[in-house]
Amino acid sequence: MPNRKVTVETARELGLLPEEFEMIKSYLGRTPNYNELSIYSVMWSEHASYKNSIKWLKTLPRKGSAILAEAGTENAGLVDIGNGLACAFKIESHNHPCAVEPYQGAATGVGGINRDIFTMGARPVAQLNSLRFGNLRLDRTRWLIKGVVKGIGDYGNAFGIPVLAGEVFFDDSFNMNPLVNAMSVGLVDKDKVVSAVAKGKGNPVYIVGSATGKDGIHGATFASANITEDSAEDIPSIQVGDPFQEKILLEATQEVIKTGALVGMQDMGAAGIICSTSEMSEKGGHGMRIDLDRVPLRQQNMEAWEILLSESQERMLMVVTKGREADVEAVLNKWDISYAIIGEVTEGDMLEFFYHSELVAKVPASSLVLGGGAPVYDREYREPAYYKEYKKFDISSIPEPADLVDVARFLIAHYNIASKRWVYEQYDTMIGTGNMTTNFPSDAGVYNLKGTNKALVMTVDCNSRYVMADPMVGTMIAVSEAARNISCTGAKPLAITNCLNFGNPYNPEVYWQFVQAIKGMGIACERFDTPVTGGNVSFYNQASIGGKEEAVFPTPTIGMIGLLENKNHHTTLAFKDKGHMIYLIGKSVNDIASSEYLYSYHGIKASPAPYFNLDEEYEVQRVVRELIARNLIQSAHDVSDGGLFISLLECAMPRNLGFDITTDAEIRTDAFLFGEAQGRIVVSVSPSRETQFIDYMVASKVPFSTLGHVTKSEIRIDDLSFGFVADLKKIYDTALEQLING
Amino acid sequence: MKFGVVVFPGSNCDQDTVYVLKEILEQEVVTLWHKETDFDENVDVIILPGGFSYGDYLRSGALAKFSPIMNRVIEFANNGGYVFGICNGFQILCESGLLPGALLHNINQKFICKNIYITPDSKTSALTKYLPRNRVLKIPIAHGEGRYYADKDTIAQMRINGQILFRYCDENGVVSESANPNGSVENIAGVCNERHNVFGMMPHPERSSDDELGNTDGRLIFESLLSYLRDLSKKS
Repeated sequence: MPNRKVTVETARELGLLPEEFEMIKSYLGRTPNYNELSIYSVMWSEHASYKNSIKWLKTLPRKGSAILAEAGTENAGLVDIGNGLACAFKIESHNHPCAVEPYQGAATGVGGINRDIFTMGARPVAQLNSLRFGNLRLDRTRWLIKGVVKGIGDYGNAFGIPVLAGEVFFDDSFNMNPLVNAMSVGLVDKDKVVSAVAKGKGNPVYIVGSATGKDGIHGATFASANITEDSAEDIPSIQVGDPFQEKILLEATQEVIKTGALVGMQDMGAAGIICSTSEMSEKGGHGMRIDLDRVPLRQQNMEAWEILLSESQERMLMVVTKGREADVEAVLNKWDISYAIIGEVTEGDMLEFFYHSELVAKVPASSLVLGGGAPVYDREYREPAYYKEYKKFDISSIPEPADLVDVARFLIAHYNIASKRWVYEQYDTMIGTGNMTTNFPSDAGVYNLKGTNKALVMTVDCNSRYVMADPMVGTMIAVSEAARNISCTGAKPLAITNCLNFGNPYNPEVYWQFVQAIKGMGIACERFDTPVTGGNVSFYNQASIGGKEEAVFPTPTIGMIGLLENKNHHTTLAFKDKGHMIYLIGKSVNDIASSEYLYSYHGIKASPAPYFNLDEEYEVQRVVRELIARNLIQSAHDVSDGGLFISLLECAMPRNLGFDITTDAEIRTDAFLFGEAQGRIVVSVSPSRETQFIDYMVASKVPFSTLGHVTKSEIRIDDLSFGFVADLKKIYDTALEQLING
Repeated sequence: MKFGVVVFPGSNCDQDTVYVLKEILEQEVVTLWHKETDFDENVDVIILPGGFSYGDYLRSGALAKFSPIMNRVIEFANNGGYVFGICNGFQILCESGLLPGALLHNINQKFICKNIYITPDSKTSALTKYLPRNRVLKIPIAHGEGRYYADKDTIAQMRINGQILFRYCDENGVVSESANPNGSVENIAGVCNERHNVFGMMPHPERSSDDELGNTDGRLIFESLLSYLRDLSKKS
């Protein structure tokens, strides 16, 4: 075996703790060589092993009658949606690469999450993304957002899957560390799901797709450390994407599956060949003998550990039934995809890697993986002092502005509220001819399941500011908002995937945020009956600048899917006609905590999460779904960022209509219009359904109130004109692009 | 009618086009793999769909013109066969010399995907002859290289020959600079060749042909083409 000297110091350089080095020695019964140590360093990195999070992740509700693959067992969650179909979906972060190389970082993030979906045999049909950036007045932020959006667009547009929904949020806490979370949703016939498993002694192991180079080596380790002034030097850790290769890989794998010759398949993402070989072997209860000389390389002079750890993109590992090689190769040749047999499945659980006819690494597969030998830690946590401080906020300390029209205009033009069209128009949102929201905008993405009566509904949500203020309540709100968006289309929420973006888990106050967030997520997912099907943990989203650690706002992004059983009921957010009545379902609260209004207009950063009650929230959503099913409402849109005023404006703009409403004398007008209390949905009702609507609402016992009516074009509140919708729409549509273009 | 939809490895609107032709317009459709050198003589129309033919890292459509199937498509067009390129297909037809002009990077240097409006210019071509009169069409675009360009003399000639099929306009049909999404010369969104048997357009009619998506303006273009071809077959 090669003999670069390995000591505890070498282990430390590769990001392993001394006690982890001891564990490795005890698994192997000897000191590992450098190749083996490199293998453990990536497989036991936070990114691959979940060692600091798994204990808490296991507390989340993961079971449900529609769940076909429990969290952690396959590359993505799998949910039964009827008609013989299953939906595979997952969200993943690519934060660290994007912080230093936004274009490639974002592009390969899209590539990676899609491979997770099609490695299961599913065809991706929709993409979503959730992005966080710092202050838009900084050149760095503008460089990051331009690169990230172009990266997502260029990759996804060529790959050919539409973006159906997403969110973009700006705050100074993301100045150094942007968050780039990409979600993919795919469809597969329930009985044709492919598993990431290696079994059957003697079956050949194929590497398929791009050649292997030195890109992305130690990417998983890179993603498991702080971003520093020197991070740009880690650029060789960043992979380069090729969407054309990914597209033909998708088509070819779909055809390979049809041959019936495939035993199992896994994509190569973080930790490359070593990750796929070990996870597939462990799952199949077998081992592998791999000859690294046979791996097609794009660079000369690669060492064994470099080949093992390379994160070159657009590669798959396939285990094929022995004797059926010709069937598989015919498909790969048709698509001009390069491939090589690099080894075979063996009995036992040992992974043996040979290079230049020498055994260069020999490790038990089970010792590498989560649930096997990978370490699991119980981390210390402590409530930070700010949490109680934030709760001391009192609305009466904030004077009510005299000019609320001015506040309205401030919020419409605010980057967290204004239209994100500068972003989403760079994405192909219509390819695949399944996007039902292009012409009927809704609170969530709606995908037409052609040939059925159904539509698949999806969203990503998280208000990082609420989670910062109160991680448990803020995360309950993130789940609730996702469910609310899905409910407003008429669909029933089904399941979630999560992307947990936090700072350094070794910081007890950061870890407290994580623990509280998981607790909140568990409670809310139980209530909405939306099990957690998997996802991704991204720690170390913090910068060490001049020795000071700054963590991002904790951001547990929720990706949720739902099912619209009758797509004729698909409900949009848009007001339909003047004269329709406008109602608020849910109760108005004298609350402005953590609102964009308080945070940005008044500049008050310290306040608790907005008003939230899980049971009330659940009832509001149930009632709105029922109103939709009974055809009693014309539109439904939730109240979220920017409060009721912004929601009404968003309802009004698509058809250039206005509204005339009256506020509630019991509540401060600023709180009524701009507060972000949760559990509220704006609906519009045509005169012909009004009696039935009111009868139903009264019987439902859910609070509701009359706001006013839809007008031709003017916006009036308490008889005061707030302007005409066309003028406000212009501000709303162009504010973000003006800021980005500087 | 029988349609042949060409499939390059990076085509990604091929199945959308097949779906519209087969399921919505109930036409016969065959797919033609890029490595094939021949296809059935009875194909009435060849469609080059949208996508990124061979990755298009060089220039959209620059490699596709050398593919085996394109040799046959060019021959088919030269013999008077009907060929219709959408988006990437339009780019390939310009690169192949079957259509005049070229498609440059959008003037804002960004990919743009949104609904836009177009108005027919020539009223005699297969794609426009049977469109409802005085009605603009709402059809989505999705491209990074869609800025149509041809020199002044070529454009003048095309105008005389009725080769300008569609121009970008606003929702009231006004052809203006603000309604031009990508900087195309004279707001040109679609053209045909001199012989009026090869057509190309950047907007995607196949994306606005399904009732379930709430916009069927694109279907009108396919229907015009079908009516035109039926007329022809009646005459012959």
